Amino acid sequence: MNVFALDFPPVSHLFNWPDFLFTDTPVALNKTGLIYIAALLLTAGLFWAAGRRRSLVPTGAQTVAEAGIDFVENSIIMQTIGPDGRRYLPFLTTLFFFVFFSNIFEVVPFIQFPANSRMAIPLALALVVWAIYHVVGIRAQGFYHYFKGALFPPGVPKALYILVAPIELLQILLIRPLSLAIRLWANMVAGHLLLVTFAVLSAALWGTLYVPAVLPFAALILLTAFEIFVSALQAFIFTILTAVYIGGSLHPEH
Amino acid sequence: MLALISTILAQLTGDGEAGLSAIGAGLGYGLAAIGPGVGIGIVVGNAITAMARQPESAGVARTTMFLGIAFTEALALIGFVVFILLLP
Repeated sequence: MNVFALDFPPVSHLFNWPDFLFTDTPVALNKTGLIYIAALLLTAGLFWAAGRRRSLVPTGAQTVAEAGIDFVENSIIMQTIGPDGRRYLPFLTTLFFFVFFSNIFEVVPFIQFPANSRMAIPLALALVVWAIYHVVGIRAQGFYHYFKGALFPPGVPKALYILVAPIELLQILLIRPLSLAIRLWANMVAGHLLLVTFAVLSAALWGTLYVPAVLPFAALILLTAFEIFVSALQAFIFTILTAVYIGGSLHPEH
Repeated sequence: MLALISTILAQLTGDGEAGLSAIGAGLGYGLAAIGPGVGIGIVVGNAITAMARQPESAGVARTTMFLGIAFTEALALIGFVVFILLLP
């Protein structure tokens, strides 16, 4: 591709990483897989380190873990599910930190790749969420009442159910998990493309005209800060939407 | 009209179809961004009004605002996916 007469790398070069470990086996590893393993170890390590030596006055990892748990409990669960949503606190906290850690590698120097800009894990996480909110709903309300409450929301004129019921069915079966996965994935792809665009622009201008290179470089720094914000925001939105879906299955509308 | 553009592009780049799909990708994403842009503006604007009127309920307003943004933004992101798919 050609942007401002610069050689812009094709999109597939930015997101497809070659396997370098265990090639030609089902467990072949590439950069994306390594980042996910790192995110997994970071999430597990954070809470392991926090729980290893518990003290009344938190230090180090315990501070981060307690702040994270407090945030998920007060800003996510209490606002969307209510007090009986506390049993989902471990799942939602882990989900938040895992998504956040795999996003934040977008701005870590020399790695600079958001692992969630590949569709596989966002889709897998969305399918886990999909299974969980159906199971929770069926266990809390029973199969019949759960689907009746979801497909025929109360307060809608009877004749409109012909329109509403198929839309609601499509939403709980297809649109919710797909939009959850696409939201995370597309945000990360867009962020990575933005950073690459400005990095390529700065590098190319730096090679020929030195002074104008300041402008794209300043934009690159600002966008890096913005992408840190987006990484945290997307983890937050993924978690809060999970909580909203679980809350909707747990408490039917009246 | 499209045939004309295609002919011009074919003469410029040697590949009319790729040029057309590039134009389609750009137009498609631009059009898909209009609605969500206005929508997110309305959501955030009203959330700010709510927070200014009742600062004590700012927490609920902020959570609901992010939810509204997430749902509105999904349309723009689907446009972005189409943009990626249409790129030659």
